[in-house]
Amino acid sequence: MSCYKGKYTDELIATANYIGTPGKGILAADESTGTIGKRLSSINVENVESNRRALRELLFTTPGALECLSGVILFEETLYQKSAAGKPFVDVLKEGGVIPGIKVDKGTVELPGTNGETTTQGLDGLAQRCQQYYTAGARFAKWRAVLKIGPNEPSQLAINENANGLARYAIICQQNGLVPIVEPEILVDGSHDIEKCADVTERVLAAVYKALNDHHVLLEGTLLKPNMVTPGSEAPKVAPEVIAEYTVRALQRTMPAAVPAVVFLSGGQSEEEATRNLNAMNRLKTKKPWSLTFSFGRALQQSTLKAWAGKEENIPKAQAAFLSRCKANSDATLGKYEGGASLGEGASESLHVKDYKY
Amino acid sequence: MSASVGKYAEELIKTANYIASPGKGILAADESTGTIGKRLASINVENIESNRQALRELLFTSPGALACLSGVILFEETLYQKTSDGKPFVEVLQENNVVPGIKVDKGVVELAGTNGETTTQGLDSLGARCAQYYRAGARFAKWRAVLKIGPTEPSELSVQQNAQGLARYAIICQENGLVPIVEPEILTDGNHDIKKCAAVTEIVLAAVYKALSDHHVLLEGTLLKPNMVTPGSDSPKVAPEVIAEYTVTALRRTVPAAVPGIVFLSGGQSEEEATLNLNGMNKLEVLKPWTLSFSFGRALQQSTLKIWAGKKENVEKAQDAFLARCKANSDATLGKYAGGSAGGLASESLYVKEYKY
Repeated sequence: MSCYKGKYTDELIATANYIGTPGKGILAADESTGTIGKRLSSINVENVESNRRALRELLFTTPGALECLSGVILFEETLYQKSAAGKPFVDVLKEGGVIPGIKVDKGTVELPGTNGETTTQGLDGLAQRCQQYYTAGARFAKWRAVLKIGPNEPSQLAINENANGLARYAIICQQNGLVPIVEPEILVDGSHDIEKCADVTERVLAAVYKALNDHHVLLEGTLLKPNMVTPGSEAPKVAPEVIAEYTVRALQRTMPAAVPAVVFLSGGQSEEEATRNLNAMNRLKTKKPWSLTFSFGRALQQSTLKAWAGKEENIPKAQAAFLSRCKANSDATLGKYEGGASLGEGASESLHVKDYKY
Repeated sequence: MSASVGKYAEELIKTANYIASPGKGILAADESTGTIGKRLASINVENIESNRQALRELLFTSPGALACLSGVILFEETLYQKTSDGKPFVEVLQENNVVPGIKVDKGVVELAGTNGETTTQGLDSLGARCAQYYRAGARFAKWRAVLKIGPTEPSELSVQQNAQGLARYAIICQENGLVPIVEPEILTDGNHDIKKCAAVTEIVLAAVYKALSDHHVLLEGTLLKPNMVTPGSDSPKVAPEVIAEYTVTALRRTVPAAVPGIVFLSGGQSEEEATLNLNGMNKLEVLKPWTLSFSFGRALQQSTLKIWAGKKENVEKAQDAFLARCKANSDATLGKYAGGSAGGLASESLYVKEYKY
């Protein structure tokens, strides 16, 4: 058999297709406890369960926001949390036409003998965990592999290890009813130009799709979450149209048409940058047999976080900021974003953190 | 550089796009001297240069036929031949907007330690040969890799070797101005079902595109010439719609959108089968980011050969038969083939067990 064909085949395909619905995208709200702690501390909010819950409730109950979303990626704790009214978040999302997803990797570890390159762990007992998450209502998963660009990076070892890890994760998810979002993030850190990023992105994606094929993954039931192709963080910026051209070309050269959608990560881009780049891609007149949408974390939440600052009286303001970014990105998936979506404080703020650890 | 962008990049992209034009396809007339000898023998015609020249002239001067073609693959001898009026074949084609192409591989050799699996040779001095062919007017090339299905075939070795060979050939072509047609043919021989063929085709194509990526081949300046996905020759046949579905699914899973066109080989299919299957694919309502066309040898020439039988007085009738197949396949690339432009000859299977080119 060339690829997975089991009891979940039809459901996987339907879910993956739904997530790629034009006008919708994914909110990545799967920050681990440690990572969300950094976000909360940046607005002087204590990293306790009730605050983590309050933040996610703010997001999920923003009037009108869920219409712009096809999925939300959750951290395990959040999958089992409820709104203040006692309704499970999973139900809030489902009732809003949004599919719950779950982060399943367990972070990165260094590859010995490399210059700080990593592989991602989380395969142990993954099947059982996926079954559990499926029972809890999740229908897609996410696993983040990380690569970097340097004089000798990414090494063939890093590429092979990460591609293989993604493929193992992907097939295990499919066997257990979850659509795997395949995320091979190439960090933006560095002074390289956009050509270099394109070269690395194409090599990495070629390796990823070869690995997915080797492991019999059903491409029609997967999604890709790649970096956009951009200059390095220390190199001069370029226009959204240039980013769009290089990014789409890289995908044309590597991503089979069977994959229904690409859900870009925002990396260190500001909210506004990420939206403009996505918009430019959707305006590009060229062959795009997959939809191009978003799976943004920081680029959807930055202004919202700042507006909220942990205070109940700020919730309406914060929700307005969130809705504004959701709508902007929804428009961007249709190539209709006009710019300047009521810039909340921080919407143009770069979210780049050097050597970003999740 | 991810993909090599040399001096020919723009021309390669333009040529590949043109060859992939809807409504057109490729005539594979690149039978080696040995192979064309077998064809001529089947109609009792002597295998001498003048007869080989006469056959190709018959094809290239068929009124109306060239309008259905975007390219013709030639054997080296033919690249330098002329019509009986003294006009180089290359010019006849060019004047009719048909791109001349050239077969550059040197046949297959067995891989030791396998069960009759092969790799393809022809890399030695390939760059220089390509440059020569470019000067003679060729703008695309073809290299045939061959794989087979069996209990333990294709082996990992065979898949890797053939993928690597195709990738080396492809980048050398591009460096010298020729669009490489990448042909990983999986023979139909066997009693396997269509699912098995699909699985093998997907594995082989994934390996091919990984190799092309590794070798920095500019996909936008290539074409793919794959087998259609069908049951084995010893298995029950299935409908064109089934072949269409399995084939297009396999391609959607492996062929990047950057490739402008896919030009199918006909393998052992009869003229009519090949056309109906191609038509089925173009009617399929699913997203296909490359055009689906033909690069047929036997499936375009079979009836024509038989009607010609080497006799001058038969040329006109033979040319009619050729035009009919060209038009049928042109329609098939648009999903518009209504069927039945088949003489009894057109339905004759062209399957030869363990076909050697």
